[in-house]
Amino acid sequence: MKRGKGKSVMRVTVDVDRCSASGQCVLFAPNVFDQREEDGIVILLNPTPAPEDHAAVRQAAIACPTACIHVEET
Amino acid sequence: MSRSTLPTARQNPFDPPQELRLWQAEGPIRPMTYADGHQGWLVTGYAATRAVLGDPRFSVRSELAHSPLAKPTSLSVPPGFFLRMDPPEHTRYRRLLTGEFTVRRMKALEPRIEAIVADQLALMERHGSPSDLVEDFALPIPSLVICELLGVSYQDREKFQRDSAMLLNVEAEPKRRETAFADLMTFLSELAVRKRAEPEDDLLSGLAAQRDLTEQELAGIAFLLLIAGHETTANMLALGTFALLSNPARLAALRDAGPEAVAASVEELLRYLSVLFHVVRVALEDVEVEGRTIKAGESVTLYLAQANRDAERFAAPEELDLTHSVAGHLAFGYGIHQCLGQQLARVEMRIAYPALLRRFPGLRLAVGSEEVPLRTDMAIYGVHALPVAW
Repeated sequence: MKRGKGKSVMRVTVDVDRCSASGQCVLFAPNVFDQREEDGIVILLNPTPAPEDHAAVRQAAIACPTACIHVEET
Repeated sequence: MSRSTLPTARQNPFDPPQELRLWQAEGPIRPMTYADGHQGWLVTGYAATRAVLGDPRFSVRSELAHSPLAKPTSLSVPPGFFLRMDPPEHTRYRRLLTGEFTVRRMKALEPRIEAIVADQLALMERHGSPSDLVEDFALPIPSLVICELLGVSYQDREKFQRDSAMLLNVEAEPKRRETAFADLMTFLSELAVRKRAEPEDDLLSGLAAQRDLTEQELAGIAFLLLIAGHETTANMLALGTFALLSNPARLAALRDAGPEAVAASVEELLRYLSVLFHVVRVALEDVEVEGRTIKAGESVTLYLAQANRDAERFAAPEELDLTHSVAGHLAFGYGIHQCLGQQLARVEMRIAYPALLRRFPGLRLAVGSEEVPLRTDMAIYGVHALPVAW
């Protein structure tokens, strides 16, 4: 993870097949993740979250019980 | 390293047995002797716990696993009881339910849960001080909520609460647990038949409309949701209140906190108390964990309550610090079996703790803290009773 002075870019991907619908990501970062109405599986609302959501997305990735949130920061 | 059994006696009501902390300091995993003499493993490290619970080479099937605490019984896993199934069977059942327990769906229950909590507090007030908080608050709230959600009559609570308490009692004679299991399955099978014949507006009726589920499967799912839906939250509410009462400053902070601070406090209480203190897995093949080889067929006990006190993961883990931010605690487990009802549990706790403290600002223990009976005999920890006054 770079902590340089420039603006960091975050790219998020989710592995829908591994998702267990625990809802942890929605709790941490509701601007970035949602759940499908029918089965609670993750919906990625924004694959390039705004900087103010970055900390919450990192928390969501840590908390996800099936490690299906991948975060790349450049 | 000498082989030990799993201790249950607690020196302090809020900390795991002291041996666990000493063992964690020695290493994340150690050999352990199980209740039936099986030579298996005990994991207390946070990273190792996540590694095992996230690894498909470990199974959750209880017919393969040994119990660290309970004597063996002839109980078999009922159809539909997917907490004890591996994929793909587990996936099929869980997917039928995940849509019912989303963050959004649980949030929509808030007004109803607030009303249930308010009713229960009014009842407590009418009965007057002192009161047993378990009997009058902590157990009724999640029981009423899960009954309403599933479509189980609350009038039947004495029956299912007695049977589920017996099933969770690790010290009970196997025969008595087997009888409780049979009684509860009979009750739920009859309910499943009724939900199919006369559907109402509830979760079990919705499931009953799925023609590819048998009535036995419906009963097994109901079994899981009913037990998991009230025993866990009930113990968090009672033990959490006990922990808050032991520190008046904390109690005042939570009473006056806004919604975000309440939410953070609930996560910290979950981490610190971890009433579901252990879960068990069994290796399907030889697996290396932290330099130890778990052989195929060997059971591994993940002591969640101690993993949630791992200093390599949490700052000052022995402290209950309600201002802590604790992403990734293991109180709901980890991996594909992580608690399905966790968002419901959160909503219940976020409403119930502050409502209790606001209604009774002078709430206090009515007995000495050493007199509170601890659930060291149960698979879900907590207190058997919590005498309070106001």
